[in-house]
Amino acid sequence: MGEKANVLIDSLVKELASLAEKVERAREDLVVVEVSPDKLVQIASLLRDRGFDHVASVEGIDRPKEEVIEVVYQAESYDENLRGVIIELKTKVPRDKPELDTLIDVWPNAFYMERETWDLVGVVFRGHPELKRLLMPPDWEGHPLRKDFVVKEEGIFVELEG
Amino acid sequence: MECPRSGLILIGNLEESARKAARWLIEKTPVRTIMDWGIMFSLWPVHFTTSCCGAEFAATSAPRFDAERFGFLPFLSPRQTNLLLIEGTLTRKMARAAKIVYAQMPEPKFVIAMGACAIDGGIFHNSYNIVKPPQLFPIDYFIPGCPPRPEAVARAIVLLRRKIRKGAYRVSPNGGEG
Amino acid sequence: MSWRDEKLVVDWRKVAKAPGGEEIYELFIGPQHPASGHMRFIVRLEGDIIVDVEPDIGYVHRTMEKLAEGREYIKNIPLFERATIIDSNNITLGYVRALEKLLDVEPPPRARYLRTILSEINRIQSHLYGIGIAGIMLNHSTVFMWAFGDREIWMQLAEELTGARLTHTYSIPGGVRRDLPDGFEERFEKAARYMLRRLEDYGKIFLYNPMIRSRYEGVGVLKKHEAERLGAVGPNLRASGVRYDARLLGDYGAYSELEFEVPVQEEGDSFARMVQRVEEIKVSIEIIRQALKKMPDGPILAEKYLKLLPPKLRERVLKTGRVKFPAIFANLRPPPGETVARVEMARGEVFYHIVSDGSPKPYRVRIVTPSFRNLVLLRLLPREHRFMDLLAIYGSLDYFPPESDR
Repeated sequence: MGEKANVLIDSLVKELASLAEKVERAREDLVVVEVSPDKLVQIASLLRDRGFDHVASVEGIDRPKEEVIEVVYQAESYDENLRGVIIELKTKVPRDKPELDTLIDVWPNAFYMERETWDLVGVVFRGHPELKRLLMPPDWEGHPLRKDFVVKEEGIFVELEG
Repeated sequence: MECPRSGLILIGNLEESARKAARWLIEKTPVRTIMDWGIMFSLWPVHFTTSCCGAEFAATSAPRFDAERFGFLPFLSPRQTNLLLIEGTLTRKMARAAKIVYAQMPEPKFVIAMGACAIDGGIFHNSYNIVKPPQLFPIDYFIPGCPPRPEAVARAIVLLRRKIRKGAYRVSPNGGEG
Repeated sequence: MSWRDEKLVVDWRKVAKAPGGEEIYELFIGPQHPASGHMRFIVRLEGDIIVDVEPDIGYVHRTMEKLAEGREYIKNIPLFERATIIDSNNITLGYVRALEKLLDVEPPPRARYLRTILSEINRIQSHLYGIGIAGIMLNHSTVFMWAFGDREIWMQLAEELTGARLTHTYSIPGGVRRDLPDGFEERFEKAARYMLRRLEDYGKIFLYNPMIRSRYEGVGVLKKHEAERLGAVGPNLRASGVRYDARLLGDYGAYSELEFEVPVQEEGDSFARMVQRVEEIKVSIEIIRQALKKMPDGPILAEKYLKLLPPKLRERVLKTGRVKFPAIFANLRPPPGETVARVEMARGEVFYHIVSDGSPKPYRVRIVTPSFRNLVLLRLLPREHRFMDLLAIYGSLDYFPPESDR
């Protein structure tokens, strides 16, 4: 990574430290930001203005032990100085009422990914115009990627050599 | 009254006799053999790719393992085809479409299940979104493999042709179909 | 009493204006169709002009992310391979790289070069598949037959290297499974010379054919800032002028030690996307040539795993070049944490995010394939075009439904 990129990332980390709950530069090319759900749109707009104009993935991780669902946005950029850097934006919503504001105005390519997250994990994105089933059949009930949707797996048998 | 010198004399109910004569013609005479020979040389599969084994099916129609020498012609409309190849995993959404396509094909029709996923689920055996084809269609031949080599697909076609040639696909000798 | 006073039997104005708009009607291009692949399009047309295209996907959704949570780490490699079976080393390499970062093990240099060679062979195979399918969508079945016939040469080379035509399962955490067989370099040179000659023939009958050119030029234009904002990946991105390739990040394989130039086109229409794929085949042949020349000697599995084998087995592995797995692979327990990895497949950049909690099975594996990221293009590009341009755009985007549904 070039010197210019390092400077940009450092200034970004300093700027986010006041707004987010926790900012950490986990590796040279990975910055992890944890925010609360009401500051999400503001920080996402800040990232978009700094050059991270599209999102690589939107995922939902179900954590039944802590009673939350964690939604992770991974933003990246094609710009010459910033390529190779990933900004992870994490937020936690309560498991019995998982609602978030949609980010399709900030990052238009999150359209299908948010729809898939609703389909498989169950997080409702307020303001999304087309929140219906994408991968499952249209009359499916339930959200498969939650931990209480159990899929039976058989055991393994291993033979050691030597 | 002049009787004809040889052959059948049809008396009585004309409709019933006509039906019996037609059945006799198709089942017990060389017409049946010619029909079987014709079907064997023109197995037209419907253009329906179900999953990743479709790549090996496309390779079977390709220059190296040419399947058109068996009379194979992937055809567009299901109303004029007689073979359904289930390639790979059948998910719930695709199974709904497959049932409609199978119902639209005219008799006699054949089904070949290709790949481990079409036999019993394969590597996705415990997934909640797949359907096992033996529960939906009557399958003539299974091809194991993940994905099966194009030579295996060609062998299944050859075995199906032999089965048709022997006439072993008919339901019953006295029944309605045939 | 005249006829104007009696009750109307039928109101033609109401009957002619069918519900749902005046002239807009819906057309379903379903899964049973020679040019739709494993998906359905719901096209809303006004006369011959497309108003909206809604892709209806999920026909090949085999729930790989959920199944991966129930299986051990090493058993997920063949699972993810079946997402893009025609490009299998690239898609498993992302998972293996993320796993190697968690386990903190690095493959030896010879293994990195071997992974590069197989990745480039898969890229050539996949681009030929894309060209063949794009041709048959325009009803040009000659190029379909030619492309699939030429693909067999590369599949035979891959079969000599790995043992399988399509499902290689070649990369494992710590290295690769098999070494280079004898005589591989000569056979590759023959294949490369044949392919470069053939690409000119493809140009003559398909790409620079006036009929095909008129169907591709100016159709489905993707401008540069739109491509960046919508997150397009792969040859679709590079045909719009953005020089971005995940191979240049230097994170995997031997790309940081090889010299190659990533091609870029400027116009961004369907014709540029097809030309981009042909140019990428030429660059891939060049990369394999360099890698075969510069290949270092040495073991093909990392020392950390090689020393876990009993001594006789270790000698046999180093002599014959075929790896036996150490017993720890059945029970790999990476430390708790998360990693991210990106690899450039033939259709674009694939993204992996693995969350581990210290048990032998992963807690969550997230995979975003390039076709899933290009889905927005399939929704937005065909608007305001004529209906037959939908197939031209679909063929040039090289969208592969099993990869997008996972």
